[in-house]
Amino acid sequence: MKPSKPLGVALLTTAMLAAAGCSGGSTGTGGEAKAPTDPKDVSGTITVLTHRTDLVQSGAMKKYAAEFNKTYPKVKVKFEGITDYEGEVKIRMNTENYGDVLMIPAVIGKNDYPKFFAPLGDTADMEKKYRFTGKTDVGGKTYGVASFGTANGFLYNKAVWKKAGVTDWPTTPQEFLDDLKAVKSRTDAVPYYTNFKDGWPLSSPWSNSIGSVSCDVKANDKLASDKKPWAASSDLNVIDTLLYDIVHDKYAEKDPTTTNWENSKNLLAKGKISSMLLGSWAVTQMQDAAKKAGENPDDIGFMPFPVQKDGKFCATLLSDYQQAVNIHSEHKAAARAWLDWFTEKSGYAAKEGAVSALRSAPMPVTLKPYEDNDVEYIERSEAKTGQVNAIDNASEIGLSKQDYRQKLIDIARGAQKGSLEGYFDELDQRWGEASAAAGG
Amino acid sequence: MGSGGKFSSASAGPTSRGSAPGPAAQSPQGLDKPAAQSSPWVEKPAQTPQRLDVLRKVTPWLFLLVPLALLITFTYVPVGNMIYYSFTDWDGVSPERNLTGVDNYTQLFTRPELFRVFFVSFYYLAASAVQIVIALYFATVLSFDLRFRNLFKGILFFPYLINGVAIGFVFLYFFQDGGTLDSVLSWFGAGGDHAWLGDAESANTSLAGVSVWRFTGLNFVLFLGAIQSIPGELYEAAQLDGASRWQQFRHIIAPGIKPVLSLSVILAVSGSLAVFEIPYIMTSGATGTSTFVIQTVKLAFQFNKTGLASACAVVLLLIILLITWIQRRLVPDEKVDLV
Repeated sequence: MKPSKPLGVALLTTAMLAAAGCSGGSTGTGGEAKAPTDPKDVSGTITVLTHRTDLVQSGAMKKYAAEFNKTYPKVKVKFEGITDYEGEVKIRMNTENYGDVLMIPAVIGKNDYPKFFAPLGDTADMEKKYRFTGKTDVGGKTYGVASFGTANGFLYNKAVWKKAGVTDWPTTPQEFLDDLKAVKSRTDAVPYYTNFKDGWPLSSPWSNSIGSVSCDVKANDKLASDKKPWAASSDLNVIDTLLYDIVHDKYAEKDPTTTNWENSKNLLAKGKISSMLLGSWAVTQMQDAAKKAGENPDDIGFMPFPVQKDGKFCATLLSDYQQAVNIHSEHKAAARAWLDWFTEKSGYAAKEGAVSALRSAPMPVTLKPYEDNDVEYIERSEAKTGQVNAIDNASEIGLSKQDYRQKLIDIARGAQKGSLEGYFDELDQRWGEASAAAGG
Repeated sequence: MGSGGKFSSASAGPTSRGSAPGPAAQSPQGLDKPAAQSSPWVEKPAQTPQRLDVLRKVTPWLFLLVPLALLITFTYVPVGNMIYYSFTDWDGVSPERNLTGVDNYTQLFTRPELFRVFFVSFYYLAASAVQIVIALYFATVLSFDLRFRNLFKGILFFPYLINGVAIGFVFLYFFQDGGTLDSVLSWFGAGGDHAWLGDAESANTSLAGVSVWRFTGLNFVLFLGAIQSIPGELYEAAQLDGASRWQQFRHIIAPGIKPVLSLSVILAVSGSLAVFEIPYIMTSGATGTSTFVIQTVKLAFQFNKTGLASACAVVLLLIILLITWIQRRLVPDEKVDLV
C-alpha cells in the first residue's frame, strides 16, 4: 500500500513541471478566409465538423459534397459527424486540429472568435446578404454564417384544440391558460408537455422567446445592463410566469421526471399531448411522426407566443449553429467555398423546413401560418450577447440551460420549497451581483 | 487506489533486484540461474562483466518504461494540470487564463450552496451500509454448501456487470408513472401512483436503491473470496465444539475478512461522496438529486468555470484521501491470524 517515497515525489514534480509547460496558450495566425474568384483554382482536402450525425450516416452529406464538386472539382470534402458536438469540439479547440469548417460551439465566448476563426468579411457587407450576422460580429468583422434559422412558437395539435372548442390563437398568457383548461376538461390530452427529464426543451425554446413578449429587437442585449431581468412585466418574468402557471395549475404531464423527447413527438402527433413550446424546426419532425403514426400531418399547428403588442404577434427569429472557418486551416479558400456553397446553393435550409440565412430566400412552408396571420419576425440583435453570456455564466443561472427552469417547475408542483416571487427575487439578485462583478 | 497499489508492488521488486551486485547474485526466481550455469551456449564471454552489470541494472527500468510512461501521461500529468487549473480562472477553451491564487477555494468554502450538495451523499452512505450488510449476509450463506449455489452467485453478481448507463435507462422505465415498480406494487394491492423521482426525498432514496442494486454484487464477490480463503478445518473444528452458525460467523468469518471489510468501507465512503452516473443519467441532478460530482461537471461544462470545477475536484480528492487516512488509522491493516 505504500509507494516508495522518493519516486512518488519525483513523479509529482515532473507532473507539476509538465503542467506548467502546458500553460502557454496559442493564439491564432492567418488571414481572412476569402471567397475564391475562380472555382477551378481552389484545391485541397477539407474536413467539415458537423453535429448532424444523422445526415452523415444517411449519406446525405456525401450527396451535397458530390453536388459541390460539380462546381469545385479539385476540392475534396470530408465529414466528421460528432454526437457530443459541444463537449468534444470544445476540447479539440485547445489544439489547432478542429477541422476546416465547423459549427461554432456555444461555449466559445463571442470575444474569442478572432482567436479561433478566420474572418469572413466586413459585417457591413455581409449583413446585406445574410441574416443573423450580428451573432458572430466582433469588431466589425463577421466570423460565422448561420446554417439556418428558426422561428419560435408553440407546436400544437389542431384536432385536439378544435375538440376543446378553441379555434383562435390565444393573445395573452391568461387566454392560453384558459385554452389549456378547456383542453384538459374536454379532451383526454395532456394540455402541455414540459419535457422536464430531457431538459433542453425547457432551456432554449423558453429563453429564445425573450423578445417575443416585448416585440423588441434589442430585448436580449438589454439583459447586459439590466440589473433585475425578472422584474414585473419584463420578458423573462412573463415567460417564466407562464411556465410556472402551466405547471402549478396542473396542465402539464403528471410525472415530469420521466419524460421522453422522442416519445413526445408521437404523443403530440397522436393527440395525447396538446402543445409544446419549440422552434419551427420541430414542425417537420412532428409531421413525420404523424405520418408514421397514421395520423394527419396537417393537424400539427404552430402558433406564436401568446402575447400581442399593438394587436400584433411577434415571433423571434433565431439562427441555429453558425458555420465558421478554422483560423489554422491550410485551405481557407476551399473551406470558404464550401461554406458559401452550402449556405446558398445546397438547398439544405429549405429541405429542413427552416429559414435560410440568405435574405433573398423565401420563408419555408412550415411558417405559412405566421405569414398568413401577419406575425412580425423579430431578428434579435446579438450585439451584446458576449456580455450577456458572461453575466449568465458568472451568475450560474444558465438562461440557455435547463437547471433553473427545472427548479421553477419543482417549485410550481411543490417538489421543492419556495414561491415564484421568492425565486424571481433570488434570480434577480444573482444576476445583479454577477452583472456588477462582470462589469456589465 | 487501485493504480497506487499496483504501482508500489511493481516498483518495489525490480528496485531491489537492480541493486543486487554482480552476476553471481541469486536471482529471486531461481529460474534463470541453472540455465546460466549449465547451458553450453552461454559459456563464451561475449559481454564484459561491467556491461552485464549495467544491463542488469537497466533492464527492469526498460520493462517499467511503458507502464511508467502511461502512468505519468494519464495519471500524474492530468492531476498536475488539474491542480494548476484550480488556481486559475480558465473557462476551458480560451487561450487566456489568469492566475487567481486561492480565489476558487475561497469561493468553494464561502458559498454554502456549493457544499450543501454533500448532504445528498448521506442517502448513498446509508445505502452503502445496507449494501454491505446484504452482501455480507449472502456471502456468508453462499459460502456454505447450498443447492444452486453458483446460480445464486451469478444472479447476485450480474447487476455489477451491466453498464451504468444502461442501468440508468432501465430504472428510468422502472420508476416511471405506471412503470414496472407501480405495476408490481399493484399486484399486491399497494398500487398508488407515486412519482418515484418526483420529490427530493423519494428521488434520492430511489436512486440510492438503484446504486445498492448495482454494487451489492461487487461487495458480495469480495466478501465471498475472502470467506473462502478461510481454511475449512476451522469450521469443522468449530462445529465439533458445538458452535452455531452465528458463532462461526462472529468468531471465524468476521475477523477473517476484516481487511476486506475495511476496504469495502473505504470504497463505500469514497463512492458515496463521488456518486455520479446513476443520478446524472436518470435525473441529471434535478429535483434536489445533484451530487458534488454532478455539480462539478455542471460548473465545468455548463458555466465554463473550469478553474472552480478543478478546485472542486481537488477538494473532493483531499476529502477522500483524508477519510482513507483516518480510516487506516482507526483500523490498521494488520495480519489476520485465526489460529
